[in-house]
Amino acid sequence: MEKNDQELLSILYRDARTSHDQIARMTGRKAEDVRADIERLEKSGIIKHYKTIVDWEKAGVEKVTAFINVKVTPARDVGFDDLARRVYRFSEVKSVYLVSGDADLRVVVEADTLRHLGQFVAEKLSTINGVIGTTTHFMLKKYKEDDDIFVDAEEDNRLVVTP
Amino acid sequence: MKQEVKPSQTKDKSAANIPPLARAVEQMPPSGIRRFFDIAARMEGVVSLGVGEPDFVTPWAVREAAIFSLERGATTYTSNYGLIELRRAIAAHLRSLYKVEYNPESEIVVTVGVSEGLDLALRAILDPGDAVLVPEPAYVSYKPCVTLAGGVPVPVPTLAENKFRPTVEQLEKACTDTTKAVLLGFPSNPTGSTIPRAELQPIVDFAVRRNLFLISDEIYDRLVYEGAHTCVAALPGARERTILLNGFSKAYAMTGWRVGYACAPEHVLTAIVKIHAYTALCAPITGQKAALEALAHGEQSVQEMVQQYNQRRRLIVQGLNEIGLPCHMPDGAFYAFPSIEPTGLTAEEFAERLLFEEKVAVVPGTAFGAGGEGHIRCSYATSISNIETALLRIQRFVTKLNKSR
Repeated sequence: MEKNDQELLSILYRDARTSHDQIARMTGRKAEDVRADIERLEKSGIIKHYKTIVDWEKAGVEKVTAFINVKVTPARDVGFDDLARRVYRFSEVKSVYLVSGDADLRVVVEADTLRHLGQFVAEKLSTINGVIGTTTHFMLKKYKEDDDIFVDAEEDNRLVVTP
Repeated sequence: MKQEVKPSQTKDKSAANIPPLARAVEQMPPSGIRRFFDIAARMEGVVSLGVGEPDFVTPWAVREAAIFSLERGATTYTSNYGLIELRRAIAAHLRSLYKVEYNPESEIVVTVGVSEGLDLALRAILDPGDAVLVPEPAYVSYKPCVTLAGGVPVPVPTLAENKFRPTVEQLEKACTDTTKAVLLGFPSNPTGSTIPRAELQPIVDFAVRRNLFLISDEIYDRLVYEGAHTCVAALPGARERTILLNGFSKAYAMTGWRVGYACAPEHVLTAIVKIHAYTALCAPITGQKAALEALAHGEQSVQEMVQQYNQRRRLIVQGLNEIGLPCHMPDGAFYAFPSIEPTGLTAEEFAERLLFEEKVAVVPGTAFGAGGEGHIRCSYATSISNIETALLRIQRFVTKLNKSR
């Protein structure tokens, strides 16, 4: 990947709201070049889209999250992809990964209540053709997600003026 | 918080019956940074561009290595020279970056930051009255350290037009029979200037011609954004008369660990270690273990930090220029050093009023000696949003000044 692109992406990854003008100033480039690059990265799907990191707990919105290890029998020709597709199409499913180890798929599921989540696992996930077992781990506390720390933020302890 | 001893305090009644303090210390003016710290520390809502250390925390892998070393019971003295593994790593590091060779057995000592390294270097080479050329603006400690080592600091003012780089003509003019050394600090705190190889070589040649030592504080060597850093010791003719000082504080965000190093030819380093052994004994072992990890696995963190500093550098320099405070593009360190002359204020006045009226802390250039008047030091080792807030406030302040004139 081109160095300009990489720097551009890392700036947007840190703060998606950084303006074209700002990025141009930060990288010593022309604002219209930055704009064109971002458009290209968006069109090509390298930038998928922009969203907001929300601390739902702080917002007072109840959510139950579980990490579910799913063991499956891969189907001929389509392998795991077909099964993964059946799993990720549910709106309760936030992430799906194919992983090494005991399980095949690592699924992150989110629901408003424990009952709803339990129902989803028992009735929807476990009953998919090819799923031969699930292990559910409920999330108890979120410390860090996608580079953002969700607990006690570290403060700037430096003295105000130093040599 | 320790208070600096002011001459007046020693004349208090309470001090009447004790002997006077050392004259060299009594006569030493308090640091110009100190005053601003005292004021700014008491204010709420200050956005600080006054901090001379990284806003990053030491990479976790480095902290973790230090914790592990404590768990393993590494709590002892080390060799006076420092851990041999660390000295070997430093030698390899300097070789790979600058193709300069130092024998880890006898030409490298681990010090308590560059601060101690500088003190040792000066004490090792100066006899009472020996003069040291100090191109200014320069780091606040240079002149006092020369004085405390019994030497005479000779400020060599540099020019903003020349990006605050000293020229041989300027050095030659200040050089006398008592001159013993030139003290260089590039990339520079406070100006952010670097010296390219082509301008450094004549200074080395000058030192050879006048038979002077070169003390080179290269603590900001990894924070260079344009071109490559030139290590003074790597230049032809330099090594035999150079004391190279460096450390881990800036590149690896390790200021609080107090680990640096000095490199010099064996007979010079032996003298340095003699003093170090009697005064500090050795650098703290936990910091040395952390430094070892930083050299082994810290490169990616360095690159990431450099990229972010570089982005902030462009942002702040462009911002200051747009506000009407002309600022040369600094090639290194993390300081912008704009001129505030268009406002008609002195550096002290500007910094003080900016702090009281807009709550932005900067350091007046005069804290860094001759040639610093008319300038302020703005550290961009702070978040993008802090830089933006500070720029907005400075703009408001300057606009207000212009209107009232």
